[in-house]
Amino acid sequence: MSSGKDYSVPGNKDVTYVKVGTRRLFTNPDADDAREFFKNKSRKMVNKVTTVKEAVSRLIQDGDYLGVGGFGSNRIPTAVLHEIVRQKKRNLGFAGHTSTHDMQILAAGKCFDRCDVAYVVGLEARGLSKVSRKYFENGEVEATEWTNAALTWRYKAAAMGLSFIPARNMMGTDTIRYSAAMVMPCPYTGKKFVALPALYPDVAAIHVHRCDMYGNAQIDGIAVADYDLARAAKKLIITTERIISNEEIRQKPDRNIIPYFLVDAVIEVPYGAYPSNMAYEYFSDEYHLQEWLKAEKDEETFKAFLEKNIFGVKDHWGYLEVNGGLERLSKLRAQENLTDKLLNNNNNGR
Amino acid sequence: MVEYNRMELMICLASRYLEDGSTVVVGTGAPCAAAMLAQKTSAPNLMIMFEAGGVGPLLPSMPISVGDSRTFYKGLLASSMPEIMETCQRGMVDYTFLGGAQIDMYGNINSTLIGEYDRPKVRFPGSGGANDLASLCWRTMMITPQDKSRFTNNIDFITTPGYLTGKGSREAAGLPAGCGPYKIITDLAVMGFDEETKRMRVESLHPGVTREDVINNTGFELLWAEELGSSEPPTEQELTILRNEVDPLRYIIGRA
Repeated sequence: MSSGKDYSVPGNKDVTYVKVGTRRLFTNPDADDAREFFKNKSRKMVNKVTTVKEAVSRLIQDGDYLGVGGFGSNRIPTAVLHEIVRQKKRNLGFAGHTSTHDMQILAAGKCFDRCDVAYVVGLEARGLSKVSRKYFENGEVEATEWTNAALTWRYKAAAMGLSFIPARNMMGTDTIRYSAAMVMPCPYTGKKFVALPALYPDVAAIHVHRCDMYGNAQIDGIAVADYDLARAAKKLIITTERIISNEEIRQKPDRNIIPYFLVDAVIEVPYGAYPSNMAYEYFSDEYHLQEWLKAEKDEETFKAFLEKNIFGVKDHWGYLEVNGGLERLSKLRAQENLTDKLLNNNNNGR
Repeated sequence: MVEYNRMELMICLASRYLEDGSTVVVGTGAPCAAAMLAQKTSAPNLMIMFEAGGVGPLLPSMPISVGDSRTFYKGLLASSMPEIMETCQRGMVDYTFLGGAQIDMYGNINSTLIGEYDRPKVRFPGSGGANDLASLCWRTMMITPQDKSRFTNNIDFITTPGYLTGKGSREAAGLPAGCGPYKIITDLAVMGFDEETKRMRVESLHPGVTREDVINNTGFELLWAEELGSSEPPTEQELTILRNEVDPLRYIIGRA
């Protein structure tokens, strides 16, 4: 059994909701408990700028349940994930929602011991991560199955301040059998719905394009699940490509999707999503992601790889430096902007 | 005689099933290639969506991730995962494509694990968006190689619903009515599903493929269409567009 409580409850046929899922519910879905927490969350618009090291140390405790923004190999908060590994955080719960390289980093550090699974251990078309697979296959991670929509809607239920949300996916499959979900009739139509429990992570980390020192933040391109994740999480760490003035933030309020009062820490981390793709800024470093997958195949090689990329460097600047620094990043920028062919650079290699 | 490989054949066949003016959620790889090809041939008004939020991109190249910036390049929406999934749940997405390690005769798919749940022999990624898309889109298609270990009724885990245990079982389980698996396009044949039993049924054989080939590469008993067709091979025009415009770097078609 991994750490943390089990918040699932037995189904009750008398009130016609039926427990279908057999697995543990890792987080407390109670909306009133969440209100109690948010009641006391600071609404002061104060300077929240700090360092990744300080934010991770202060806001992420062993045993906490973590949600990660972006989409696995796109706009992930790499600096925070590396720092979690560097600080050897243990027994975290992890929302494996569209997770690919983000989960690969946390699995390398053996940082989590329970996981709500929607998508894990793979890197889409790039292949499967051997280290992450072993982590699950060895039984070091307690898993509960969900789907991408289920986890994004579980965040949405929390963002709405509810304890569950009805949906029409998952039913009839082993995915729901190995979840912690219940099925209930719609009070209006009598039709069956899955009741997805709200997911309020203890802490979330999201990388954004720009924000001010208070945490008012803008994301370019797809938001994935981050609108709801930012609202569902009890504590929120924002890393940003650049910090801009509050005056600039106020010029386009329609562009601000995360308001400051959700945010607990702001850190400027240029190229902070590297080696993942940051829309309109830089493409994913496919060479480095392949290097990572290859290094995982041999234990000694992987140890040295982690030493080079995480433990042996102080911060994200150091990580960027050992992977080619600005020269490499300018090539990824050209790739993102589709000017690489004009500049006569190699597409994926160095 | 036009030369083509089996990946090119599967992509061309799949592309022809996408109706003009319809909507499709695709992943990376062959399904994305099929949708791009359809847009450039039979379905110029096909609307392509990606589960992470991209809608209607003018794809400059094959995406590497269903959330990378190509998926909304010059698009109509750079939205979100809930936006796409809710569009599916609302009944506005016509087609989707899925893959998997195992599929049974009702079109149920396993992409979660081989072995027991707590100590799996092999752990795969899990549902991702597959269960959602197969539950909520009108017609689900699959592009896959066909062999006995993949086409089996001894499926280790039903990640994603096909017709579950037969006619009416999706609806009984609570899934929206009127949707489910539509076509399974393999390197040997095109299969649909029998109206009464909802079991997999061979509709057409690819050039040079016999009934025995299909039977020998399937772990369960197949049904056969009364008038068994032969799959129309790729046209020169399809191949030219696929090779020159859709996948010039041969990321997908080079894998055959």
